[in-house]
Amino acid sequence: MAETTVDGIVGRGNKDGARLFREWFAGLTQAAEEGRGGAYVFVMGSLVELLRTFDLPIVFPEINSLQTAVRRVAHEYLNEAEDYGYSPDICGYVKADVATQLRGGELPMGRIPKPAIAVYTNACNTYIKWAEIWERMYHAPTFTLDVPGTRGEGGQTWPGDPDFENDRRYVQAQLQELIPVLEQVSGLTFDIDRLRESMKQANAMTRAWKRVLELNQSRPSVFNALSDGTIFLGVANGFRGSLEGARYFEDLVEEMEYKSANSIGTLTDERYRLIFVGVPCYPIFRRFSELFTELGGNFVSSTYLRFASGGTSLGFEYDLDRPIESLAEGVLISVRDAMDNMFFQTEILLEMIDTYRVDGIVYHPIKSCRTVSTGLADNRRALMARRDIPSLFIESDMMDRRVVSEAQLKNRIDAFFEGLAARRQQAAIRDT
Amino acid sequence: MAYAAGVDVGSTQTKAVIIDEGKTIVARSLTMTGANVIRAAEQAYAEALAAGDLREEEVEYIVGTGYGRYKVTFGNTQVTEISCHGRGAVHMFPGSRTVVDMGGQDTKAIRVSPTGEIVDFCMNDKCAAGTGRFLGAASSALDIPIDDLGPTALRGEKAVKISTTCTVFAESEVLSWLGKGKKIEDILLGVHQSIAGRSTGLLRRVGIEDEVTFTGGVAKNVAMIEALNQSLGLTVNVSEESHYMGALGAALFALDHILASRAPARHEA
Repeated sequence: MAETTVDGIVGRGNKDGARLFREWFAGLTQAAEEGRGGAYVFVMGSLVELLRTFDLPIVFPEINSLQTAVRRVAHEYLNEAEDYGYSPDICGYVKADVATQLRGGELPMGRIPKPAIAVYTNACNTYIKWAEIWERMYHAPTFTLDVPGTRGEGGQTWPGDPDFENDRRYVQAQLQELIPVLEQVSGLTFDIDRLRESMKQANAMTRAWKRVLELNQSRPSVFNALSDGTIFLGVANGFRGSLEGARYFEDLVEEMEYKSANSIGTLTDERYRLIFVGVPCYPIFRRFSELFTELGGNFVSSTYLRFASGGTSLGFEYDLDRPIESLAEGVLISVRDAMDNMFFQTEILLEMIDTYRVDGIVYHPIKSCRTVSTGLADNRRALMARRDIPSLFIESDMMDRRVVSEAQLKNRIDAFFEGLAARRQQAAIRDT
Repeated sequence: MAYAAGVDVGSTQTKAVIIDEGKTIVARSLTMTGANVIRAAEQAYAEALAAGDLREEEVEYIVGTGYGRYKVTFGNTQVTEISCHGRGAVHMFPGSRTVVDMGGQDTKAIRVSPTGEIVDFCMNDKCAAGTGRFLGAASSALDIPIDDLGPTALRGEKAVKISTTCTVFAESEVLSWLGKGKKIEDILLGVHQSIAGRSTGLLRRVGIEDEVTFTGGVAKNVAMIEALNQSLGLTVNVSEESHYMGALGAALFALDHILASRAPARHEA
């Protein structure tokens, strides 16, 4: 076995992730130029495994929109959509996408094709209204996959349970309705062996993704769940069901295992291990992360890595002998888990606190996504009632720099770290 | 005798406090912050030195706090005003477990440990309703000096319901009640109750635990103390030094540093 060097392996995930992104957008640009339509999907229940088998270019409008914020041009898109008539209070992702459509698909990363079809779940209420915009603009067919959610906290049911099987049959019936629609849109006949292959690659990615998340339990932690994690998420969504995606994550496991084995932390001096709850602040993405890392804080885990990966972190693997049924099982489990990470966080966070040996939790509600933000204050209180752990509640936005105040964020973050330091000092005094 | 100083550069006013090794305040000063934040910090500190008849070299350590803490260029380090108000409040009232700090542009609800460390905190976000600025708007609309607002409000008998939604609209809301013939005292009573209600909402988010200590410039306002007492259903602690609590907390952190630097080094076995 060839010896792996620090130079060759450390940082490979971020570098390869950027390369895959470029390739993805090059492919989308080519599809747009050839006049081919894309499959528009969302991160919570994308069904990319299935869509890929119909050779449809995959478009994730949420990822496109956040990229405009990271590249600091989101305000241009938001203003354009607001000029067109959309309220400032509407989801920033939606508005950036509306402006993208008005620009003929032009984005800083390339050009996206028009929608040939939109396939989405009910995991986010906005998904449904968003798809209606494309329906009006392009008369594109839309398909809403209705996924029954968990009925109560900790109430997720599993294969074999009668309730689960009922729900699974309901999802499976919808998938069977979707397939002929996809055949019509793509002009291709459904090939179950292609689906098996795609699901096989998705299984490989899922195994690796779960392992990557586990490896951040290392001390020091091997990646930043906010900054590095967002790159991983992009690949996890865009390349799910593909050979490149599976290979990427297998390589990422190798990198993270190497870092863990050699105690190579993502920070040179990791003083506090934190959990991030919510959606990142993309308008000042790097700076936001630095406000924590400069004070020795690293995000070792996040709810975002779970709900924005479509809930694949549970590690559910498809049974390739019964692909449609198993796809329905996977969709049900993963979309429920994604929703639970937004709405029933307490148990999940309590487990994370222990397994990742966490010092504090950062709640980040955002103005333009009420779905993930509403209830965060109550979630926080519920958690605080169960566990004595410091937490910080800071508000900004995922897209709109007009509601991001770095000075206000910094003041609160500094105070949070002062509290963490004082708490540690008191604990040290008690221990002596 | 060594001295420690805290300089609190707030959005409206800059305060400086100098304490001795016994944690006694030996000098304090207050100046308007204005546009030149560095100069305001320098001026407040110079005035405190003069008030205490102290020379610069007698002050061993200086901590800057407040929004302009990084502009205290002569300071040794910075601590947020959230930590400083908590520390100052527990120093003045050792039983303090909850602190409400009402300043010019923000109100903070802080839960503190018995030793003054921050357990939890919450602040108003992107909106100055429920802060001192709200009183400034009422003062401007009614043409009554800020210092007279509290005593005037206490003469009110039937509080007018004031919206808690926006400081900018407060002025027009006050004028509209005047136009409807409401008494100034009743309007002002309503303004104070509105702010107290907003602050109580913040306090609930961190959890209200007795004793509650009220700090910041607005704590000088007698009607606000009364409104908070009523809203919370308890009697809040208010110090004569409430205005200087952030600077006092900063000075206490500075003194910690001085004392720690004198402690003999611990040797590992």
